[in-house]
Amino acid sequence: MPGARKTRKKNETGETIITLEGVSKWFGDFQALRDINLTVDKGERVVVCGPSGSGKSTMIRCINRLENHQRGRIVVDGIELTDNLKNIEAVRREVGMVFQSFNLFPHMRVIDNLALAPMLVRQMPKKDAEEMALGYLRRVQIEEQAYKYPGQLSGGQQQRVAIARSLCMQPRIMLFDEPTSALDPEMIKEVLDVMVELAEDGMTMVVVTHEMGFARTVANRVIFMDDAEIVEIAPPETFFSKPKSDRTKLFLSQILTH
Amino acid sequence: MTVAHEANIDIKKGSSSLLHNLAFRGVAYQVLLAAAIVLLAYLLYQNVNANLEKQRIATGFDFLNETSGFDIGETLIEYDSEDSYGRALLVGIMNTLSVAACGIVLATILGTIMGIARVSRNWLASILASGYVEICRNVPVVLHVIFWASVIRNLPSPKQALSPMEGVFLANRGFIFPVPEPNPAYTWVWVALAAGLVLAFGFNYWAQKHREKTGKYIATLWPCMGIVIGLPLAAWLVQGAPLVWSVPELKGFNFRGGASLTPEFIALLIGITFYTGAFIAEIVRAGIQSVPVGQIEASRALGIRRGFIMRYITFPQALRVIVPPTTSQYLSLTKNSSLGVLIGYPDLVNVGNTTLNQTGQAVEAIAVMMAVYLGISLTISLGMNIYNRIVAIKER
Amino acid sequence: MTDTTAPIAAPPRAEGQADTDQPRSRQQPPPTEKIAVLRWMKENLFASPGNTLLTIILGAALIYWVPAFIKWGFIDAIWYTPDPEVCRQSDGACWAVVAEKHRPMLFGLYPYEEHWRLVVALAVYLGSFTITLIRRFWHWQILVPLWTVAIAVISTMLWGGVFGLTFVETSQWGGLPLTMVLFSGTVVLGFPIAILLALGRRSHLPLIKATSVTIIESLRGVPLITILFVAVNVFPLALPDGLEFDKLVRVMVGMAIFFACYQAEVIRGGLQAIPRGQYEAAESLGLSYWQMTTRIILPQALRIALPGIMNHIIAALKNTSFVLIIGLFDILTATTAVMQDPLWRRWFVEAYLFVAAVYFFFCYVLSKYSQQVERWLSEGRRF
Repeated sequence: MPGARKTRKKNETGETIITLEGVSKWFGDFQALRDINLTVDKGERVVVCGPSGSGKSTMIRCINRLENHQRGRIVVDGIELTDNLKNIEAVRREVGMVFQSFNLFPHMRVIDNLALAPMLVRQMPKKDAEEMALGYLRRVQIEEQAYKYPGQLSGGQQQRVAIARSLCMQPRIMLFDEPTSALDPEMIKEVLDVMVELAEDGMTMVVVTHEMGFARTVANRVIFMDDAEIVEIAPPETFFSKPKSDRTKLFLSQILTH
Repeated sequence: MTVAHEANIDIKKGSSSLLHNLAFRGVAYQVLLAAAIVLLAYLLYQNVNANLEKQRIATGFDFLNETSGFDIGETLIEYDSEDSYGRALLVGIMNTLSVAACGIVLATILGTIMGIARVSRNWLASILASGYVEICRNVPVVLHVIFWASVIRNLPSPKQALSPMEGVFLANRGFIFPVPEPNPAYTWVWVALAAGLVLAFGFNYWAQKHREKTGKYIATLWPCMGIVIGLPLAAWLVQGAPLVWSVPELKGFNFRGGASLTPEFIALLIGITFYTGAFIAEIVRAGIQSVPVGQIEASRALGIRRGFIMRYITFPQALRVIVPPTTSQYLSLTKNSSLGVLIGYPDLVNVGNTTLNQTGQAVEAIAVMMAVYLGISLTISLGMNIYNRIVAIKER
Repeated sequence: MTDTTAPIAAPPRAEGQADTDQPRSRQQPPPTEKIAVLRWMKENLFASPGNTLLTIILGAALIYWVPAFIKWGFIDAIWYTPDPEVCRQSDGACWAVVAEKHRPMLFGLYPYEEHWRLVVALAVYLGSFTITLIRRFWHWQILVPLWTVAIAVISTMLWGGVFGLTFVETSQWGGLPLTMVLFSGTVVLGFPIAILLALGRRSHLPLIKATSVTIIESLRGVPLITILFVAVNVFPLALPDGLEFDKLVRVMVGMAIFFACYQAEVIRGGLQAIPRGQYEAAESLGLSYWQMTTRIILPQALRIALPGIMNHIIAALKNTSFVLIIGLFDILTATTAVMQDPLWRRWFVEAYLFVAAVYFFFCYVLSKYSQQVERWLSEGRRF
């Protein structure tokens, strides 16, 4: 996708917006993250891949404190994530998140799903919030579904609504946790198209996904995680053609032969 | 390759105020709650003490040892007005337990029959059972109890007692029926019954093992019933079949001989049984309907016999759905037996209420009542939890 | 692309389709109505020998009892007479006892000449209640003003003391209006407590959780009577000198807390059914705990728990009759008191049947209504 390549060049020298430094996390005795170091620049698109259980979801969930890390530091947009409620709220305002299972609010219409957080968190008047919601729905091309309930939409439409919902908070960073894994094959493309468009607009994105095509065309860097740690970080060209680690090679051979 | 440059992580914004710290908040909320509880308890204690002192009411549980001075109409253990409040309360507890136990058994039987009838293929049975359920559960249990108490109170006096059978009487003094005179030989009959039950269980177990080992099916129902009935019968016959009936007779204004259930006991029992039975019927119906039709079709397709389908497929699955809510119905029946106080049945609350009024020690008397019910509730739920676990394991 | 991408729902073979489109002439006629009735009877009444026997027994009992009941309850019944002697002469039911005693039964100890005020209060209450049940009126703009006015009118009517109405103490309130006040008070006071207890029980702060569990489990373990005893006998002792609460209020608070403990468990069940993703989505949007709870979690939890919630609301209505024990004059207490009248006490069955019918009507309507709401909620939104 030529557009994506152009934006990639433009943003490479930007300032740092996410920093993970020596981050470790345990679930009971099980270590989910081991000494993770990573910085993401403003406007950068990072794709995280790896076998299931490798800690990639846990890592991005730590970035907006859905999980708390036990060791190391995480700084997002100049705010350190600690036990401090105000800091957590501030970070969450800046960071949007899209989940594998959409997590739309089933008891609210699509437009209310979108307008809720701007009204409650940003204290936006209802009229403005709904106007903005309709704008983002237009961007993800499902404006006509605004007054339906999430249960009446297809999976792909629901995920696009979920992306629009996050965008309504006007975040500086978007996290995607396997956004296409729960979708039927014919719906994956419509969601990826939205994400590509978002990338072209210069959004900072951290995406956990197995869509290697997306990684190849959109990502500035690809991160491979295995067994709770980062094994390899490389630009997509080198990552796919000349992986350094044996674990990466094995993973790529498994995922690309499918 | 970008690894963090440790030295220059740029932290521009963010608060470090203690008030916004999650851990601190958690502790603070809990400290506040604890302080509120302690303060409330202290205030209540102070006020209660001051008020009691002013009204010259004693405190503490010494009254349990004092002479009660009131009679109780219906006791399972020896008791008279010379006995202590403690013993009076014990009488109350035993009355509560006995009416609750009878109620649980009867409500289970009634509820099971009505629940099965509701899903039965017989339209008449199902419509009648639905009528029973809807009427009985939509009328307060208090009204059930009051109604039956009035009915029994308005039965004819012993002189004109209804007598549906020879020696059986229904009057405003209760339900009077003949019983065999006590005889030492009966001890052995009971022993034989117990032995019969053990043997029947053993035989059943052996038959199952035998079937698992050899594949041969041995019918157990009739042999088991034979053992359970036959053994006590034999024990009775061997001892010369002693049987003298104590038949109630009208002497003056009341009956002599036989045994009787008091009107209060009957009214309370009928009231709580009908009410709880309706709820159990609903639970049983839901339990039976919860077993998917596919389960039975699959069993039929495998060629399993009808009886086996019921025993090994339908029953265990329905039971898993039925047992937990039935437990809470048993608990609520037990608690509803406290309505005895309304109609003069000397249950725990009734005796406790009398104690309260005589001694004035409301706090202690109510505390005793609550503690006993809490104990009963916890015991029943504990027992049912254990049972549940057994059923659940058997299923796997 | 290979043949795997061919549409899965490919049209079936042509001859297969022809089966459904066969000409009408080849279809067999449906069974006639008469045979259908016979078949229905065979399937539903005489399916097996056991079933036939059951049908015969139940049928015989019905044929014996139902006409007898109709004769007693309707044909031979005395509907109205001020003279108990007339009833005494009759074999039928004496509904005249209800006609004669309906005022003390329905209105208890309330001053006789002021009964019209209770009629107004009841009418306003039942009217507002009915409007609230209708789906079309489910808007805050309608319900809030409606109930504000209704409560104002009802309390003016019950208490009096303004507009030239004589003041009536709560101890004189009675009958159906008292039942209504107790029921509404219990539910309105108890519901917020129930929600707090349910949330508290799911808190990750150990002391808050432990406090909620202790309150819920210990109150659910004791009979309502003991709680009413506490409200009547112990609560006044726990207040400082000179501070007093109305007995009605004390009883209502006791019943509300009791109601709340049961309701809390139902709501907790609803809360447990909410997937973790809902919390995470709300948190990642930056919603605070209370915003998340009130806007996202509770609406879904209450909707899931609705059948159980309605069951306990109906139970709360039935439980108001427990005040008989502590001498508040609800409809059942009033009736029991009326039945002390030696002239009329013979016909207690009729009187209690009437009270039972009143309770049955309200409880049955509420339970049918709750099933209807279930249907509405499940057809409109698919979740």
